[in-house]
Amino acid sequence: MKMKHVLVAFMVLGLAFTMPAPAFSQAKSDTIRIGAFLPMTGGVAAYGQGSWQGIQSARDMKPTILGKKVELFLADDKSDKIEAANAVTRLIEKEKVIAIIGSSISGNTMAGAPIAEKAGVPIVSPTATNPLVTQGKKYIFRVCFIDPFQGEMAAKYAYETLKKRKAALIIDKAQDYCVGLADFFEKSFTKLGGQIVAKTYCQTGDKDFTAQISAIKAKNPDVLYMPNYYTEVALAMKQAKDLGLNLPVLSGDGAQDKALIDIGKQYVEGLMLTGHFEKEAASTPLAKKFIPPYEKKYGKVGTFDVMGADAYFVLADAIERAKSTDGAKIRAALATTKNFKGISGTMTIGEDGNAIKSLVIVQVRGGDFRYVATVEPAGAKPEPKKAAPKKK
Amino acid sequence: MELTFFLQQMINGVALGSLYGLIAIGYTMVYGILRLINFAHGDVMMMGCYFAYFGILMFSLPWWASFAVAVLLTAALGVLIDKGAYVPVRDAPRISALITAIGVSFLLENLGLVVFGGRPKGFETPDMFNEVYEVAGLMFPALVLWTPLLTLAILGAILFIIHRTKTGRAMRCISHDMETTKLMGVSVNRIISITFAVGSAAAAAGGIMWAMRYPEINPLMGIIPGLKAFVAAVLGGIGNITGAMLGGLLLGIAEILLVSLMPELAGYRDAIAFGLLIMILLFRPTGLMGTKLPE
Repeated sequence: MKMKHVLVAFMVLGLAFTMPAPAFSQAKSDTIRIGAFLPMTGGVAAYGQGSWQGIQSARDMKPTILGKKVELFLADDKSDKIEAANAVTRLIEKEKVIAIIGSSISGNTMAGAPIAEKAGVPIVSPTATNPLVTQGKKYIFRVCFIDPFQGEMAAKYAYETLKKRKAALIIDKAQDYCVGLADFFEKSFTKLGGQIVAKTYCQTGDKDFTAQISAIKAKNPDVLYMPNYYTEVALAMKQAKDLGLNLPVLSGDGAQDKALIDIGKQYVEGLMLTGHFEKEAASTPLAKKFIPPYEKKYGKVGTFDVMGADAYFVLADAIERAKSTDGAKIRAALATTKNFKGISGTMTIGEDGNAIKSLVIVQVRGGDFRYVATVEPAGAKPEPKKAAPKKK
Repeated sequence: MELTFFLQQMINGVALGSLYGLIAIGYTMVYGILRLINFAHGDVMMMGCYFAYFGILMFSLPWWASFAVAVLLTAALGVLIDKGAYVPVRDAPRISALITAIGVSFLLENLGLVVFGGRPKGFETPDMFNEVYEVAGLMFPALVLWTPLLTLAILGAILFIIHRTKTGRAMRCISHDMETTKLMGVSVNRIISITFAVGSAAAAAGGIMWAMRYPEINPLMGIIPGLKAFVAAVLGGIGNITGAMLGGLLLGIAEILLVSLMPELAGYRDAIAFGLLIMILLFRPTGLMGTKLPE
């Protein structure tokens, strides 16, 4: 039965692949231990892969905090809420991290947040935009804007700039992000005087949207809003064109990953979205320092890469101002982050640990994301901003 | 308008259903002959997609050559899996083989994650399959026409192999009684290898059609189509090849109708599919076609 042993060995090997990189479990006090829980595999893996590259590059740019070397620990949340909770537990209990970056999407961040909240370990999310992620939580922060802002801006853009009146929606019901964002869009769009003529649903991982699209087509809308993740948006756009539904499509920050274009190719041309960052609009000193070496290594810098790096820089800044690795002190420093000039723009951490910052409107043109406009948040005094698009 | 809407939804349903059917054929064939639920079938399909993807992208083969190579490589992979994982547990109780199949499934998924990475890749669909035809207000994407044709062709080919060739006769014998077949001087292991080769080739063909219609491939992409194909196979009567195709069609049409008639329930689409599986197992465990074996 030697084959059996070989088989068992294979299976153990298979299991081993799913484990995170081995870490040295003794907490050494001469390093700063920062954890990251990100979707490295599964439905939204592109976000995690991008943000992880960004975080590592940011660490290489700023390898020491308080004079100590920074050690990063990665836990894969597999695009899954339960795995996200496990990942946070593992980072806190096994890796003894002092602060955590993650996760990419709202649902997973919400799943991990209560654990960190209880342990008093701050979390900084790069891109979880649903308002509930930080609401009522002391230790949860983010470096991105929130969905009421981007939903409202998308509705305004559709109504005022594109002059559309009849919107249709495809909403991923399994994601807090998509449900919330669709809701904010609907409220603003109807308030402006527009009408939602069709509202259809799908689920993360769905590949076939032909039923929804045929139903939408029957209702004759003039604009389609899909606040879903890149795979679903790309596949739905292809099928929309296949079924003869030709209309402007709007989406949220979740669509702005190059995987969207890899999958959707010519079918995603013209898609407009509200995003965190687009290279053509990058103007801060940190952006100028970060982007060239990054692009040399990985190719064109993506939003999620930048947001991961920004989460690291904001956290590093807070730890330095706290002059301590104590959770409560880092938390207090994070909460008082003011006018921090990150790569994606200038941000101030406001109420509930949310970043107040501008968003960019981006369009897919010629197989790439292109900058269209910058929208400042309502409450914040507009920072003097340089005219954004530099070349081209 | 109403009729056009309904007909368009039926076209959508047939398109999805024939994909399920195509994947289910290989699934059910292996079961019919070996009584092994090959849980790795969906993952073998995933490997087929990656072979085709790399064939086009890295070796710049023309699409048809790349697809042919992918089907052959996947067939070889099927044989390799059989030799490496299933032969050693051939004489063990059936449950061991089942658990081994689950292990192979995990192995392929995680191997895929390590080798190909978790980031999804866009599949290159040849232009010919991107065409859309419009007839009387109904939209027919080219793949909607090609997939059922290919499904029927593969169904015909597999039925021919099983019923009209010597190898097929041996396959049918094995499904009846493996011991006696051995005593008759048939090389059982060789026949089983061929079964896996054919089943895996069908999986690759299904996977490529799937990837062209939904051009996103990732190492975990085989899980849901694999499970849906399993439901389709059970629905049609597991082991019955024609039944698998019908089960797939039925499942596809049911899903599309559910989403189009009750849009607010669209999130429960998978729940309906698996609810259907439970109902079938409770009330008609032999499936719609009612037979147990391909005879």
